Amino acid sequence: MPGSSPPALELRGITKKFGSVVANDRVDFDVMPGEVHALLGENGAGKSTLMSVLYGLYRPDAGEILINGQSVEIASPSAAIELGIGMVHQHFMLVRVMTVAENIVLGQEPSRRGVLDLKAARARVRELSDRYGLAVDPDAVIEDITVGAEQRAEILKALYRNARILVLDEPTAVLTAQEVRELTGVLNRLKQDGTAIVFISHKLAEVLEVADRITVLRRGKKVDTVPRQGATEQSLARLVVGRDVLLSAQKTAAKPEQPLLKVGDLFVQDDRGLEKVRGLSLSVRAGEIVALAGVDGNGQQELVDAVTGMRAPQSGRVEVADQDIAGRGVQAATDAGVAHIAEDRQLRGLVLPFTLTENLALREYRSPELSARGWLRLGHMKERAEQLLTEFDVRGGGPDTYAAALSGGNQQKVAVAREIASNPKVLVAHQPTRGLDVGAIEFVHRRLLEQRDQGRAVLLVSLEYEEVKALADRILVIYEGEIVGEFAADASEEELGIAMTGGKKQPAEVAP
Amino acid sequence: MTLLEEELQAEAEESTGAAATSPAALTAFRRGISGVMVPIITTVIAFIAGGLIVLATGHNPLSTYSSIFNGTGLNWLFPWVSGSERSLAAVNLQSTLITATPLILVGLAVAFAFRAGLFNIGGQGQYTVGGIVAVWVGSSFAGMEPVLHVTFAIVAAALAGGAWAGIAGVLKAATGANEVISTIMLNWIAIWLGVYCFQLGGPLQNPAMKSTPVSSNVVAGAKLPVFWGSATLQGLDVGIFIALALAVVYAIVIKRTRLGYEARAVGFNPEAARYAGANVGRTWIRVMLICGAFAGVAASLDILGWEFNLATNTIQVSQIGFYGIAVALLGRNTASGTVAAAVLFGALLTGTSNRNINLSIDPTLVQYLTFMIEGIIILLVSTDVITLRLLKGGRRIGVELRRRRPQKADTSKADAPKGEAS
Repeated sequence: MPGSSPPALELRGITKKFGSVVANDRVDFDVMPGEVHALLGENGAGKSTLMSVLYGLYRPDAGEILINGQSVEIASPSAAIELGIGMVHQHFMLVRVMTVAENIVLGQEPSRRGVLDLKAARARVRELSDRYGLAVDPDAVIEDITVGAEQRAEILKALYRNARILVLDEPTAVLTAQEVRELTGVLNRLKQDGTAIVFISHKLAEVLEVADRITVLRRGKKVDTVPRQGATEQSLARLVVGRDVLLSAQKTAAKPEQPLLKVGDLFVQDDRGLEKVRGLSLSVRAGEIVALAGVDGNGQQELVDAVTGMRAPQSGRVEVADQDIAGRGVQAATDAGVAHIAEDRQLRGLVLPFTLTENLALREYRSPELSARGWLRLGHMKERAEQLLTEFDVRGGGPDTYAAALSGGNQQKVAVAREIASNPKVLVAHQPTRGLDVGAIEFVHRRLLEQRDQGRAVLLVSLEYEEVKALADRILVIYEGEIVGEFAADASEEELGIAMTGGKKQPAEVAP
Repeated sequence: MTLLEEELQAEAEESTGAAATSPAALTAFRRGISGVMVPIITTVIAFIAGGLIVLATGHNPLSTYSSIFNGTGLNWLFPWVSGSERSLAAVNLQSTLITATPLILVGLAVAFAFRAGLFNIGGQGQYTVGGIVAVWVGSSFAGMEPVLHVTFAIVAAALAGGAWAGIAGVLKAATGANEVISTIMLNWIAIWLGVYCFQLGGPLQNPAMKSTPVSSNVVAGAKLPVFWGSATLQGLDVGIFIALALAVVYAIVIKRTRLGYEARAVGFNPEAARYAGANVGRTWIRVMLICGAFAGVAASLDILGWEFNLATNTIQVSQIGFYGIAVALLGRNTASGTVAAAVLFGALLTGTSNRNINLSIDPTLVQYLTFMIEGIIILLVSTDVITLRLLKGGRRIGVELRRRRPQKADTSKADAPKGEAS
């Protein structure tokens, strides 16, 4: 890089807080023209927040943004576009019933005397796609094209608006291997043309392949910026995961017994019909915690949904205590003894405008204890709620408090209390400590260990290395819908990190 | 997020002491503080706005409103009203309550659907189908034991209305068909079904009145007894007690039954309801069945209470299903709120109907005033944020005044939330 010219984009000391949560803490980041600079970090490390600040979606609480050395204020996405910033979101923002060309010009339609001039638009789109090797038919309707082509259309949309700084948010998450190779080619041409590219990812291997420099974020802070030369998957994994703060819940050795949850050859599709779980098999025994580690979006959600009855698998078995519940719905799963701590307590785990009494009854309101012949037994519901709120130390409200009024940590305690109280055989805990502070995390961890020691089979699905480390008796790594490795509880973060990012299909040997 | 939403959210956080960050939390908060105040303020604003319109047309709003008020018969409640004025007031009040009776039930038909996250615009059709069945049962089976006959007619109307609404519920559960569209379409089918039944030569047309498109009359034994006023002058029949009883049933279903619990869970958060194992589609169907039954009963009370027959033009001009939406919105989908809103609309409709208005005021204007007030109420209730802003503004002024008045530091701290300082 020529040292004399200013960076195409420079972020200085960006700080963004949401309430008491610091999503970005004095983050510095810059990218030169003709450079690919990767932004690497775990989920929730602050990558998306940083890019939202850049794109004018959030106002930073502190810090400065410079474009070509000039300090700028970015108040809205349209201001960002005017400044030459193009954003390709992870979830594409295309109108599905319109053609590629129509989507690309949407908002900046070329017109002749007030009449839309699609001909000019098509020509321009064709010229851009030829120049950068972005093969897309401008007249194809979005619905009919592949995910990779949709992404190329998004990139074209940014280029059509003269983007000189292109931000790609997790661009490979939805692509096939072939499409990833094509994308790499496109990025190289854009580089040669002097476009500055910010490449957001949490896959180590591909970052090493496409990036010139790599900046690692962890918990809102910039950990380091390293050149690609000399970086390895191991060194990056160490930066991403970090060594500090190992949560050490007091864990005794597990005494696993008979398997309570057996998943066999399971295939599950997501809402878009993409196969997200591909022939996955696993088993969890009574008295052990099996952690399913993996990068988000590798089929965890679909697996959890299939096990808990929320989604019917395409094929395969889900056996709880030797009873097959695959595709039989939530009630069947509950009756068979499955409890489910949902990943998103506000979307699924709780009904926020319900009182705590009503929320604590959600899993078992059909049981004879809580309702009879269609009538709720309100007295029992409330008694039980009082008992659980005390037992699980929920603060900030009583049985008649609305769930919405509680803090996130206490809301999660309510959800955890309800699931544990249902006395399950199999407890599926999906990101059980997401967004919680350290105290609440420890509380939930302790409860999960208790459940294990009481002979339940616990399937922990987590994106946090610390959590997996603190709780797991065995670790399974999921990658692209398959279990790609089984590790002992003492596996190192590097080993897991590599397996999680598809670096190695074979599990490392456990120490002899 | 709009500025206003941010403000509301800040306020929610202050009042709950917790970070209420989700839209759901915001909704819960809104529901909390706006429980009673918003409908009341909304109504007041609507009346003031209506008064301004009266003023703009060169009339005196105060005398207009006082004339409307007397037309509602609510002046009967004042002990100093006596003599012929009092007997007129009684007749008017009977009329108000007769109008309110079906509004309570059609309001419940919309309210229960709202609770389950459904928008039942089909009250009109469910009411119409219920009316057709009620008038058929009521005008047939002469000589049947009266209590049995009345019960039979009401239950049959409830089943018909329920089945009619159930179609929309089944379509939604099975195919995802939007209930707004399907209930509107079912309204038209019901209306034309009624016209077909009672038109000249129609299957249910009155055989004794070959030239009038009207049904046969309800037989004496199927009429609801009048307990206040004269039966020949449309006194108040016992139908209102049935409506009030069903409002109580509604409150109980919502609060104390599994169905009510599931319906509210589905309405607030269908994903959480599914997660809890509730069958969302089945809940929709059940709720729609009950909604339709409410509307069907509403029609049967009209038919058996005072209408006694059904003419094709009555079916075509009826607006009751849409008043039901206004009643439910203003009543915040609660039983007591729905009853109160139904009485308000019953009073408005009665008070502004031509016969009661003193002749110094333009009767057309007064009649349109009902529509204007109704429209303003619906507008404000469905955009309660505007009213909340007014509420909040008022409170802010109050806080400001208190702050200006010198006070002990500890009390002013308690009064003025931190966010207001900036």
